[in-house]
Amino acid sequence: MTTSAPSGRKPRHLTVDRIGVYAFLAIAAVFFLLPLWIMLMTSLKTMEEIRLGSIIAFPSELTFEPWLKAWASACTGLDCNGIRVGFWNSVKILIPSVALSIALGCVTGYALSFWRVKGANMMFGILLLGAFIPYQVFLYPLVRIFATTGLYNSLACIVIVHVIFGLPVMTLLFRNFYAGLPIELFKAARVDGGGFWSIFLLVILPMSTPILIVATILQVTGIWNDFLFGLTFAGRENLPMTVQLNNIVNSTQGERTYNVDMAATMLTAIVPLAVYFVSGRWFVRGIASGAVKG
Amino acid sequence: MASVSMAAEAAVPRTRRRWNAAASLALLPAAVIVLVVYLGCMVWTVRLSFSSSKLLPVLDWVGVRQYSRLFANERFLISVENIVLFGVLFIAGCLVLGFLLAVFIDQKVRSEAAFRTIFLYPYAMSFVVTGLAWQWFLNPTLGLQKIVRDLGFESFTFDWLVNQDMVVYTLVIAGVWHGSGLVMCILLAGLRGVDEDLWKAARIDGIPTWRVYLSIVLPLLGPMIVTAVVLLATSVVKLYDLVVAMTHGGPGIASEVPAKFVMDHFFERNNIGLATAAATMMLISVAAVLAPWVYARYIRPQGRRA
Repeated sequence: MTTSAPSGRKPRHLTVDRIGVYAFLAIAAVFFLLPLWIMLMTSLKTMEEIRLGSIIAFPSELTFEPWLKAWASACTGLDCNGIRVGFWNSVKILIPSVALSIALGCVTGYALSFWRVKGANMMFGILLLGAFIPYQVFLYPLVRIFATTGLYNSLACIVIVHVIFGLPVMTLLFRNFYAGLPIELFKAARVDGGGFWSIFLLVILPMSTPILIVATILQVTGIWNDFLFGLTFAGRENLPMTVQLNNIVNSTQGERTYNVDMAATMLTAIVPLAVYFVSGRWFVRGIASGAVKG
Repeated sequence: MASVSMAAEAAVPRTRRRWNAAASLALLPAAVIVLVVYLGCMVWTVRLSFSSSKLLPVLDWVGVRQYSRLFANERFLISVENIVLFGVLFIAGCLVLGFLLAVFIDQKVRSEAAFRTIFLYPYAMSFVVTGLAWQWFLNPTLGLQKIVRDLGFESFTFDWLVNQDMVVYTLVIAGVWHGSGLVMCILLAGLRGVDEDLWKAARIDGIPTWRVYLSIVLPLLGPMIVTAVVLLATSVVKLYDLVVAMTHGGPGIASEVPAKFVMDHFFERNNIGLATAAATMMLISVAAVLAPWVYARYIRPQGRRA
């Protein structure tokens, strides 16, 4: 996404080809937008209208009731406090996880790029391969380790897990960025007597703003969207929004309230969508540079 | 995997540096994570797959008994069949749709940015949200089927979500919807890198545009396509959330996948031996795909250089 000049053939004005191009793009856009449109419309209707009408139609009677219900009183089992519980849990998980995983990735990437430590490249190689291995291979022993230390099913536990599994991508991201910085900069700082931490804090970190933004976008969306780790490690008290959403929608007793379900789904999608729409090209840069994560 | 290869080729600058306590200390957390989690937990899982562990892990040795049980397990066999079918169709679908989107967007269209935003936004959403959205859209009574019937096609039936033979294809549709924007994004970057002279030359020779894309541009995009395939393949192996949210493995066990098999046997069925055996099989299949790539990329070139 570095160059932005289109390189396709030159357009001729309004020929059959051009109409074809726009028709294809329009149909594709409908395919991509339709699920979002349906979610939104469903969440603004009464259950009666959903049962009788078409799910793509605009609501004849606009109601925001489902959104309020989804937020404040939707039920997971006997617990009827709405998805806001999960929302705040996700926020509590998100902030320390993002901060710590970026801090660790940043320092590790810096140490790998500018300092020679025995065995460091070997470690980096294993770390990268680790990014491809399915999480199921690590989960059970990790659960045992956390259970032994008494941390299992706590906020600290889920934060540590996010730091662990965010490490490969974060390290790679920062290492690649630092490998692109001029080495003379580092040498000059060394000559001036800078040590490991002083060079990091005074020279390297102030130059890292762009990659810090990319890392933040990547981690915020990644951790917010996580389901597997939250389900396994967070414990009943800290279930993130995605897990709670699935519980609300898929384990309802009796008749399903589709409008509330869809409002809850929209609410869960809002954070990553907001990050996506606000960050624009930064998001693209994130997936282009560090998209090892599945 | 452009990013990974970049890391390997951008060698650490060769300056004379002495051993530094602070640098080693800074790498300690990462080293501990690698040793304990990425190596330790992996070895532990493989070891447990040769034990008779049920509810609690025990370290006895039963040989490959768990593996023979695994391959006699209908649910596991269906899971493997599903993940292969899903993997092939999902990757192919994302590549074809992503390539088409990239090519059509590259025709100097108006409001290009708007189209790009629309095609990529699903990728920002979680698989849980994706699964629930499609579960509702494809709902056999109120969803797509009803829309088409209301248009006047009374006998139209679309019940894939509750049809044992078709349910995997609904996962593919949702997956392609989620992932093809990523492919578009990667390939569009590649298209923008194609030399303008190439287009002029092709025009002079009178080669039709579609021929140029298929025979000249597509081969040029090779490395980008490899990157996209590796990214998509890792999400295939990890496929779990989408299934849990959209079909919960059903109807019956028709849409089970290996990752869900492992999770269910760990935490619901308390059969650690069988779960670790299945997890080890996942590890082996990933390693089988990864090994030739690592060899071709890192080990062989190094040997040649020496």
